[in-house]
Amino acid sequence: MSPSAAGAGVRVERTTPASRAGLVVAAVVLLALVTLPRWGDPSTMRILVEFIALLVLAQMWNLLAGYAGLVSIGQQAYVGLGGYALVVLADDLGVNPFAAVPLAGLVAAALALPTAALVFRFQGGYFAVGTWAIAEVYRLLIANTTALGRGSGRTLKAVFPLARESREITTYLLALVIGVAALAAVYTFLRSRYGLGLMAIRDSEPGSEALGIDVFRTKLGVYLGVAFGTGMTGALIYLNLLRISPDAAFSINWTAYTIFIVVIGGIGSLEGPLIGTALFFVTRELLSDFGAWYMILLGALAVGVMLVYPRGLWGMVTDRWDVRFFPVQRRVTLDPVTREP
Amino acid sequence: MTWVDTILQGLLLGGLYALFATGLSLIFGVMRIVNLAHGDLSILAAFLAVVVVESLGWNPFAALVLVVPLLAAIGYALQALLLNRLLGRGILPPILVTFGFSIIIQNALLETFSADSRRLDPGGVETASVALGSQLAVGWFPLITLAVAVLILVGLQLVIGRLSLGRAFRAVSDDQETAELMGIDHRRLYALAMALSLAIVAVAGVFLGIRTTFTFASGPDRLLFAFEAVIIGGLGSLWGTLVGGAVLGIAQTVGAKLSPGWGILSGHLVFLAVLLLRPRGLFAKARRVA
Amino acid sequence: MSLLTVHHLSAFYGSFQALFDVSLEAAEGETVAVIGANGAGKTTFLRSVAGVLSVPAAAVSFAGGAVGGRPAHELAERGIVMVPEGRRIFPSLSVEENLRVGAYRRQSGRWSLSRVYDLFPVLAERRRQPGPNLSGGEQQMLAIGRALMANPRLLLVDEISLGLAPAVVKGLYRVLRAIAEEGTTTLVVDQDITQIMGLAQRVYCFRKGMVSLAGRPAELTRERIAAAYFGL
Repeated sequence: MSPSAAGAGVRVERTTPASRAGLVVAAVVLLALVTLPRWGDPSTMRILVEFIALLVLAQMWNLLAGYAGLVSIGQQAYVGLGGYALVVLADDLGVNPFAAVPLAGLVAAALALPTAALVFRFQGGYFAVGTWAIAEVYRLLIANTTALGRGSGRTLKAVFPLARESREITTYLLALVIGVAALAAVYTFLRSRYGLGLMAIRDSEPGSEALGIDVFRTKLGVYLGVAFGTGMTGALIYLNLLRISPDAAFSINWTAYTIFIVVIGGIGSLEGPLIGTALFFVTRELLSDFGAWYMILLGALAVGVMLVYPRGLWGMVTDRWDVRFFPVQRRVTLDPVTREP
Repeated sequence: MTWVDTILQGLLLGGLYALFATGLSLIFGVMRIVNLAHGDLSILAAFLAVVVVESLGWNPFAALVLVVPLLAAIGYALQALLLNRLLGRGILPPILVTFGFSIIIQNALLETFSADSRRLDPGGVETASVALGSQLAVGWFPLITLAVAVLILVGLQLVIGRLSLGRAFRAVSDDQETAELMGIDHRRLYALAMALSLAIVAVAGVFLGIRTTFTFASGPDRLLFAFEAVIIGGLGSLWGTLVGGAVLGIAQTVGAKLSPGWGILSGHLVFLAVLLLRPRGLFAKARRVA
Repeated sequence: MSLLTVHHLSAFYGSFQALFDVSLEAAEGETVAVIGANGAGKTTFLRSVAGVLSVPAAAVSFAGGAVGGRPAHELAERGIVMVPEGRRIFPSLSVEENLRVGAYRRQSGRWSLSRVYDLFPVLAERRRQPGPNLSGGEQQMLAIGRALMANPRLLLVDEISLGLAPAVVKGLYRVLRAIAEEGTTTLVVDQDITQIMGLAQRVYCFRKGMVSLAGRPAELTRERIAAAYFGL
């Protein structure tokens, strides 16, 4: 993270004062979260698992759409596939349910490969609909498979032997690990040269090709990585809920929530999904009695943001105060000491 | 013999799908936008027809007289006031905004009409059938649907091919900046195209509501089937859309006959097969890929 | 009487300034030449007049009214029609359809489909063919014909000879002469000055976004033109 010497008189800065301060704050928050099982109650842990799950889903979708330019409305496919993979691995194949969570992510990533072979034939709006069509195919295939419980679904039985409290705490801690790991992975990726390549692709595909960036492989890599993260999160969600059915697991609502979270919070930034998820939970608590109106409000907000301030809430903050907690840019500054007369 | 019947049913179902697909294809051809609220807008039309039928006592076919212009006006406003503001900002905004609309419309319909399923009753024509030879019978209504679909396609083909407006659509689609130089205001043209698309979609929605029951959540499947019909038929070909609809319809009816839960899935699988084997569709002639 | 007056026009692409305080006049029925090297700002200038580029209202006067910054389709209706650089004919349309699109605004006047075919017989021969099938010179004819179909009061032609053989260019200038003889006010941009000096009543030379020379062709010597063109 130290400034690198790019040449006499010029420095490349990769951190900002805010990010250094933010790191301290994050460490404190993390400490509080890790020790929560001691001083918090189970319902708080459950809500936090849900929060983390949505946050990771949002970060994944943001990486795909906001950075790679791949607008998918079919990510629920991987939520569902991850959830079902968990049940099959833990109940049918005897894998430890907690260990099965990341493995479920791998299953999702494996299935993402043939999926990509199909949907990458499309671009733009048709790509979006294509991803959704495939999600529907997965849903219907599973709903027609007796071994997977058909339309009524299945219950995760592998956790029954465990005491409830230890299961809940382990699930919560696993969620924490996944949340931190996912955030760290995305952040590290974007700061790496691959992330730089991705942002170059986002800004100009032909230009990136001319520079020698393999656009197709970069996009495919991101798509597979996101499928892994999404699938793993799907497994986490159903480890928390214990009951899975095709209509719930493959519901478009997963995509609707993540899109609204990312758009309102601020697409194309790492801070945006964090803000968006927080806002989502707060408004849900406030408006929980209003059912459909809640979704109408979210939808209208997202549409409004797109029309008026496309970079979302976080965009408004950066435009005003130029603060970044997760800096992924590199700034070139002149070193005042050695500037030429 | 019942296989022939099944295939025939699928063919006629294809007429309905072609109606849904045409509106989607038109918008994409002119403006390169995929309207993710396409299906939900057709269901909105069906619910509006329900309101007309229940409050005015009209026949659903007559309700078209009110519903079609209303949806056309909604389309014009949608494009002129909202979607036109997103022009030149890339692929993301229109996808996200129309997706937002899809969710808004579905939930608004849920709030207004509850989760009950509805149906439009045209007083008997939907069950009447006509005999073809000694062993086949075909429903009047599916025939009418197919006929209307063909008529609309012919009409659209004429507009695009012969009329000044159609030339303007094609010119704007080719090169929007140069079309401006000819005095073509692309924003107004886009709004007209959206109005036309939603007018067609309104017909599709009302016909769907007559044919089968529907709920607030029926929209997304309509979009999917429309999309699949367009892709199977091939981008850029209006008649391909009709064939695409027919192929999809037949796949669904044959699949349903083989196993009740496999109807829609069969359609999806045929779509995927076409995508794999003939990605440009059966009749593609578009210069650009989606 | 002045049909087009440009007053102190400065134009920008974002923060990059492409035109600096440009002034120009074209009287009714005149042919005005705009010459200059690559990047001198000629196309930017024409786009500003045609309404493609946004400029202050007072910077461009047409037929007595301030029209700067009005959108291109509105100006086309008022009679300012441009033949764009690179021809830009519509690939989805046939030759005849390209011409008909030019008449989208349905202005009445001396130019009709049959008259355009009289002017360009080769277009009549290939009327049903797709636009892209034509050669470069034929496409330029098509682009000019398309603009004429709008019966312009002011015809703007951008880079008429770009990429075309000298013999073809000669033919195009014969056509421009015929159009000028009908009384249409024309503003022609070209890098090649040999033909245009024989046609225009007034010449403006651009260099680095500024007018470096203006006058009647007869009054200007080759040395003065070369100096203004190249900045020697």
